[in-house]
Amino acid sequence: MSSLSQLDQVKTTPWSGGRSPWSVEYGKIMMWFFLVSDAFTFSSLLVYYGAQRFSKLTWPDPDLVFQSIPGITDSGAPLVFVGLMTFILIMSSVTMVLAVEAGHRRSKKEVIWWMVATIIGGFMFLGCQAAEWTHLFHEGFGWGKIPPMETLHHLFTGEVSTVSALQFSNLFFTITGFHGFHVFSGVIINIIILCMTINGTFEKRGHYLMVEKVGLYWHFVDLVWVFVFTFFYLV
Amino acid sequence: MSELHTDHAHDGHAHDEHAGLSKKKIWQVFFILLGITVVEFIIALWAIPGGHMPQHIGNYVYIALTLYKAFYIVAYFMHLKFEKVGLQVTVSIVFIFILYFIVLMLIEGGYLHLHMPLV
Repeated sequence: MSSLSQLDQVKTTPWSGGRSPWSVEYGKIMMWFFLVSDAFTFSSLLVYYGAQRFSKLTWPDPDLVFQSIPGITDSGAPLVFVGLMTFILIMSSVTMVLAVEAGHRRSKKEVIWWMVATIIGGFMFLGCQAAEWTHLFHEGFGWGKIPPMETLHHLFTGEVSTVSALQFSNLFFTITGFHGFHVFSGVIINIIILCMTINGTFEKRGHYLMVEKVGLYWHFVDLVWVFVFTFFYLV
Repeated sequence: MSELHTDHAHDGHAHDEHAGLSKKKIWQVFFILLGITVVEFIIALWAIPGGHMPQHIGNYVYIALTLYKAFYIVAYFMHLKFEKVGLQVTVSIVFIFILYFIVLMLIEGGYLHLHMPLV
């Protein structure tokens, strides 16, 4: 075979054109790209939080700040409530992936059931967050606000620093607030997708790709929480 | 929105070929995530307060466990492990910028730590 006739042959490799090299549907690629950009936003916020914390000699001790279970006890239970929130969010991620799995089998009834479970999980998480915020507001925290000195003494293991407390307060509400806003919009989007599933929109379309796309978003929200949980509550 | 997606209906069928996770695998990943979280709790509530592990070692362990959890969520729940290598590389390689940013801001924080008066 001469080298010229080789040029005439139609190439069939994934990147020689004529086909989608990633074989992923357009909307799904766009969702991935959106999530990458969103991950950058969250990373910037968390990196700034890390830099602030790194620059300070003392910082509020998370085990002392977060030790209440709203409605049950005001102190003595570090990490218990946030543990519950983490469990709820992981659980709702599982129900979401089960909805996607049901969508692959085009089982409308199962998709509806798992979407409902996911939405309930989302609302439970938001409820927990509202309870936690309310508790912190009552303690005196808020955007630009910190509790009085006598309360702050119980929240630091080292020397008390009002600047650290203020930075902690601002960043806590901004970052968990931004995350909570994502959970809230996720729940709204999930409700829309649930309505479309009930209406039979996806059944007519022949595929449940939209469920996969909102699933990607929902798992991303869970992913962000994993990082928020580590850097605010554990480290 | 709907007319946009009817165009892609055939793509959807093609996508079904590499089907999603089995239920068994989903629950397996769930128990891995739950297990890692339980380990984090043991470190936070027993190992560090009890003096079995210094705080700074604990922090490295937390970060390693967090990245481990992140891997399971992205690879299995978000299905990235089963996508084409091109997509995997595209969505992960950009985080080099974030790594760079982390290093940059930690240096900055370290500088402030040494040079800013304590307030």
